[in-house]
Amino acid sequence: MALLDVSDLTVTFQTNDGPVNAVNGLSFDVAEKETLAIVGESGSGKSQTAFAIMGLLAKNGGATGRVEFDGADLLSLSKRQLNKVRSNQIGMIFQDPMTSLNPYIRVSDQMAEVLQLHKGLSKRDAIAEAVQMLDAVRIPDAKARISMFPHEFSGGMRQRIMIAMALLCRPRLLIADEPTTALDVTVQAQIMKLLGEIREEFNTAVILITHDLGIVADFCDRTLVLYGGQIMEEGPTGDVFADPAHPYTKGLLKAVPRLDRDTETLQTIAGEPPDMSHLPAGCPFSPRCEIARDYCSTRPLVLEPLGDNRTRACHASLAEMKQEMQDG
Amino acid sequence: MADPILSIRDVSVSFDVRPQGTWPWTPSLKLHAVSKLSVDLMPGETLGLVGESGSGKSTLARAVIGTIPSSGGQIIYEGRDLATMTAQETRRHRRDVQMVFQDPLAALNPRMTVGDIIAEPLITHEPDTPRKEVKARVAELMEKVGLLPNLINRYPHEFSGGQCQRIGIARALIVKPKLLICDEPVSALDVSVQAQVVNLLKDLQAEMGLSMIFIAHDLSVVKHISNRIMVMYLGCPMEVGPAKAITAEPRHPYTQALISSVPIPDPVLEAARERPVLEGDLPSPLSPPSGCVFRTRCPKAQPSCAEARPGMDKVAPDRFVACPFQEVEKVLADA
Repeated sequence: MALLDVSDLTVTFQTNDGPVNAVNGLSFDVAEKETLAIVGESGSGKSQTAFAIMGLLAKNGGATGRVEFDGADLLSLSKRQLNKVRSNQIGMIFQDPMTSLNPYIRVSDQMAEVLQLHKGLSKRDAIAEAVQMLDAVRIPDAKARISMFPHEFSGGMRQRIMIAMALLCRPRLLIADEPTTALDVTVQAQIMKLLGEIREEFNTAVILITHDLGIVADFCDRTLVLYGGQIMEEGPTGDVFADPAHPYTKGLLKAVPRLDRDTETLQTIAGEPPDMSHLPAGCPFSPRCEIARDYCSTRPLVLEPLGDNRTRACHASLAEMKQEMQDG
Repeated sequence: MADPILSIRDVSVSFDVRPQGTWPWTPSLKLHAVSKLSVDLMPGETLGLVGESGSGKSTLARAVIGTIPSSGGQIIYEGRDLATMTAQETRRHRRDVQMVFQDPLAALNPRMTVGDIIAEPLITHEPDTPRKEVKARVAELMEKVGLLPNLINRYPHEFSGGQCQRIGIARALIVKPKLLICDEPVSALDVSVQAQVVNLLKDLQAEMGLSMIFIAHDLSVVKHISNRIMVMYLGCPMEVGPAKAITAEPRHPYTQALISSVPIPDPVLEAARERPVLEGDLPSPLSPPSGCVFRTRCPKAQPSCAEARPGMDKVAPDRFVACPFQEVEKVLADA
């Protein structure tokens, strides 16, 4: 059985210009110990999906659909019940570690608070356990450094603290929202290596939200490609990269310059990322799609199965797509 | 061989930093952002600068355009030293060397229309240009960078990141510069838009015969756009050479580490690849390690590395490496 089962999740924000759908009828699941990548550009709704799961949407946002975690629907839980899930079951790592840690509070107090609140430990025990966790994320000299303030750590170290904090209550699912975007490549490699080790050590399932296809290729079992709040395709990472089944995925993979290849000109996807308040009724990618038909922008997308373990949402059939994109 | 358009000789840039909580008469510390760096740029060539944050890439760029004074060495633009230029020469230098910035929205004045933004450098440097011609040039540039002419009276906030970057490029190119410095021009953009801007820069460079200094932390982008690459660490050059040679066969341990840190979007290759991870963080630039600055994180460090900073050895034509223990290493798996 899946650990997390999201079905028909829709996130709507009430704005001055009327309601805006950030996520549109999203369905996916994550099995125990599995790593799922949610890939998308800005405005694809990848972060809002995570916030909806965690019940962290902004005040003007609302989520409908079902988010089942271990049998319970997270969207219908009370705040109190949700708080329990958020600590013991699901942990979250945010993009920018400096803005997610409180600059006025020592790391020791921030970390201990989690354990005092959720596990009822005494402060002394809580700090002892926090030190252990900082050791686990390879912060040197954790015992002395835990009483420092967040600004005294480097970006990579702060991200390690965030990871340690998210792991304090041994969650079964870890949601990492662009955990390395703000970091240098060398530090990014350190953090990804650490996340990989942690994943093994604590047996957690991971949802990795990112726009970096390189990280996905290295780290994730399955990949879900989002565009304009809808799934474009989903499947095992190897299959999606080797044989993309959607024009968007195909274009995205060709648009990335690669270290191991010499390309004269990069292939581009024409146009700009979508404006979420003016999405077409049909496929959100249709205005930029090179094989779009005239009905693509009006006919709603349906997610269709492809083989045993993949799905794709495109009005063109796989054969049509392959043929028409050949000379593109 | 042609003369270089820009030649940087032993340039150092340092900043005074006041430590917190000290007396006013305590001497301030010197932060060496760039130390004794030399490199030449040929006309029409693109030099890529890579390195982690804090490696002095942007500081070097700013020294070249003259907004930060260098504290040692010479920056020679078209045969004239920046420090001894006459007022007239300085004006010409400022027109000839233009810059594109990282954050496209923050680099544009929110209260000016796109047309005014693009026209401003032209009006500043050639105030006698008739209005009509200014307008024509703005329209020409907008077309060149792929902006529709009817957008001329809009304001920056009405544009997406990619379009704002196009405006920034148009603004830099309107005075027909000879050298364009791009400081992380695509790192704030989405992948699909990034490719558009990279292609645009490449096309414009070929069309206008620009020399370019391209700064980015993303090695794959730098490799794609540059002829030569200089790898920097803590203000010091580590390796300089042709882009393809450096990425295919890095010689300096830092370059090797940098390349092995870059994930490749191909699950099969990634699984086959050994990726040694560079441990630790960049040391404080206020007290850089003695000798080779990279030695504290270097997997090949020897005791002798602490003694003197290694010079740039010429290992192949046009290829310089600052490491005595270098060896060629293939970090990328064969595709």
